[in-house]
Amino acid sequence: MAVRGRRARARAADAAPEAGRRREGHRWYTERLRANAGAVRRRVHEGRLGPVPALLALAVTWSVFQGLNDNFLTPRNLSVLSVDIVGTGIIAVGIVFVLLIGEIDLAVGSLAGLAGALFAALYVNLGIPEWLAAIVAVASGAAAGAVHGFSFAKIGVPAFVVTLAGLLSWNGLMLYLLGTESTIHFNQDGLVAALTSRYFSAAVTTYGLAALGTAAYLLVSYHDRRRRSTAGMPCRPVGEIWARTALLAVVAFAAVHVLGRFEGLPLALVLFLGVIVASDFFLRRTPYGRQVLALGGGVEAARRTGVDVVRVRISVFMVSGTLAAVGGLFVASRVTSASQVPGSGMLLISAIAAAIIGGTSLFGGRGSTWSALLGVLIIQSIASGMALLGVQPPVQFMITGGVLFTAVVFDSLARRAAESGWRA
Amino acid sequence: MPVQPLLALRGVSKRFAAVQALVDVELEIRAGEVVALMGDNAAGKSTLVKVISGVGPADKGVIEWQGSAVQIRRPQDAQVLGIATVYQDLAMCGNLDVVGNLFLGREIHRFGVLDEVEMERRTRQLLHTLSIRVPDVRVPLAALSSGQRQVVAITRSFVGEPRLLLLDEPTTALGIEQTSQLLDLIEELRDRGLGVLLISHNMGDIKAVADRVAVLRLGRNNGVFDVNTTSQEQIISSITGAADNTTTPRPSRPEEAWP
Ligand SMILES: Nc1ncnc2c1ncn2[C@@H]1O[C@H](COP(=O)(O)OP(=O)(O)OP(=O)(O)O)[C@@H](O)[C@H]1O
Ligand SMILES: [Mg+2]
Repeated sequence: MAVRGRRARARAADAAPEAGRRREGHRWYTERLRANAGAVRRRVHEGRLGPVPALLALAVTWSVFQGLNDNFLTPRNLSVLSVDIVGTGIIAVGIVFVLLIGEIDLAVGSLAGLAGALFAALYVNLGIPEWLAAIVAVASGAAAGAVHGFSFAKIGVPAFVVTLAGLLSWNGLMLYLLGTESTIHFNQDGLVAALTSRYFSAAVTTYGLAALGTAAYLLVSYHDRRRRSTAGMPCRPVGEIWARTALLAVVAFAAVHVLGRFEGLPLALVLFLGVIVASDFFLRRTPYGRQVLALGGGVEAARRTGVDVVRVRISVFMVSGTLAAVGGLFVASRVTSASQVPGSGMLLISAIAAAIIGGTSLFGGRGSTWSALLGVLIIQSIASGMALLGVQPPVQFMITGGVLFTAVVFDSLARRAAESGWRA
Repeated sequence: MPVQPLLALRGVSKRFAAVQALVDVELEIRAGEVVALMGDNAAGKSTLVKVISGVGPADKGVIEWQGSAVQIRRPQDAQVLGIATVYQDLAMCGNLDVVGNLFLGREIHRFGVLDEVEMERRTRQLLHTLSIRVPDVRVPLAALSSGQRQVVAITRSFVGEPRLLLLDEPTTALGIEQTSQLLDLIEELRDRGLGVLLISHNMGDIKAVADRVAVLRLGRNNGVFDVNTTSQEQIISSITGAADNTTTPRPSRPEEAWP
């Protein structure tokens, strides 16, 4: 037993009262400031840049097109753009979920088309109430997603193959539903049509919404700060909170102002932002979201802490199927019809490209649903700018493809940087 | 009245497709005791840890917790009993930060919303009481060094007041000071009445903290030894198989000589 006595048991005093922790908090912050320059360099090195590259890309895109054609940044064009992005954008939010667990869903384009066709067939051809038809259409997306998820998570078929089969089958089902008519038009004043044709034009409402969003952000930040400082933990300085809030306010009010000079604030855009905020909240602030991210960080690690891997995987494919169907209704709403026009392939590519260009990693575990907004804005801006310049679609495709390629290369380099850190 | 062991394994067997990893293994760990588990590579040590932690349940055998048989089929079952594990491969998520990893699977939430402030507060408290320094508790784990990650994995096993600690080669990436710190910690835990299962290839560490050494060889028990009354050669020959006459003995490495 003599050996044991030799081991010293000196341990730092655990009697560190309030003042000590405060001091520690303060020291932490100054240390952090000092390390800031180094931290930025490290973040670049490790490929953790968040939305910065996407924001830069958007700024470049807008400057270039505005430089080439000053009709680009007009209220009219921006208003059209802000509605055009919504369908693809909502589908891209679903893709972000799937990418976060390190998988891919190739069926979302077909599911979007199917939802539109199902809605139109039920509502127009069978005379089912519009709201019910819309709900059934969305539920069909969830059900299809559940099938994909089950085959992948429970049976073990690679997600890529399952959803590739889905791409074909659901597209076939859509063509079958549309039958010989090939296009079903629906009511222009209906519920679904309103999704993309309704605008808030009263200044009270639009500026009110902008103010509400900004105030909510400020309130949440302050609340968080108060809780942290009561717990004696390092927290964001008040100045930084105000600076962020001011930045948000500038963006929000500028958007409302510009859109107000055309038709007003589009309902579709408000709903899209709602979907993003809600899904971002779910991913970052709930135990479920934590499980999704954990799965992307390491399936085995997640399993060992008790995550029900099968259940989470199925749920993620259900989320992506559901959002694909919702996005499909927005796409149909834009043209108040469901048709056989083979657009689902383009929809799929745009949605996946948007998620990745916006900064969500292809390799799982890194990303946010806000990247759906940024990415789809970039893609649609390119499309809209090219259309204004009269550039033909083939060239558009090549340029969008180039942007996607660049984003994937960045993503892969970032992953390599992170991996080398991991292995070191 | 004899004291019931905290944990007892009776006749545990486990088979992977082609490999019989564990055969009728017996093991007892009492509260306030450090049991070392030794054995050559592929002896089945990690497999045994996963049996106890519910990650890879046994095919056959009984697990007793304080004298009564229990079912540990899922990680949650072990968590409820108070069994915490540091895995050999750490099993942590590189994309989550230190706080996220520490509370993964046991998140604190209020009305279904993660209470990040409380989790971070407890993380800092825990790091402080264990006198562990981590540069930033909000940095993704992938950005830490392997030693730091191992320290975080060890810290994670202290979240939620465990009663039995399973440490699968917890010092492989640790520096000299951190290793000594961990050994101190293990002693302190033993004194507080926790049970500890320590897997290590380092005779020095085991000599310093363990009470008994259980040896696994090719998935079978190959003896349990009292650290204070057994010579190093005896244990090594039991590990290498010299003691069971199945293989030729390998010479013991000089740098591992007992004092
Ligand atoms: N998931 C698995 N699938 C198939 N075989 C496995 C699996 N896990 C372990 N094994 C096999 O079981 C045996 C025991 O492995 P185990 O990891 O328990 O050894 P160990 O004693 O921890 O070795 P080490 O000292 O190298 O960590 C090995 O032959 C290994 O190949
Ligand atoms: Mg092992």
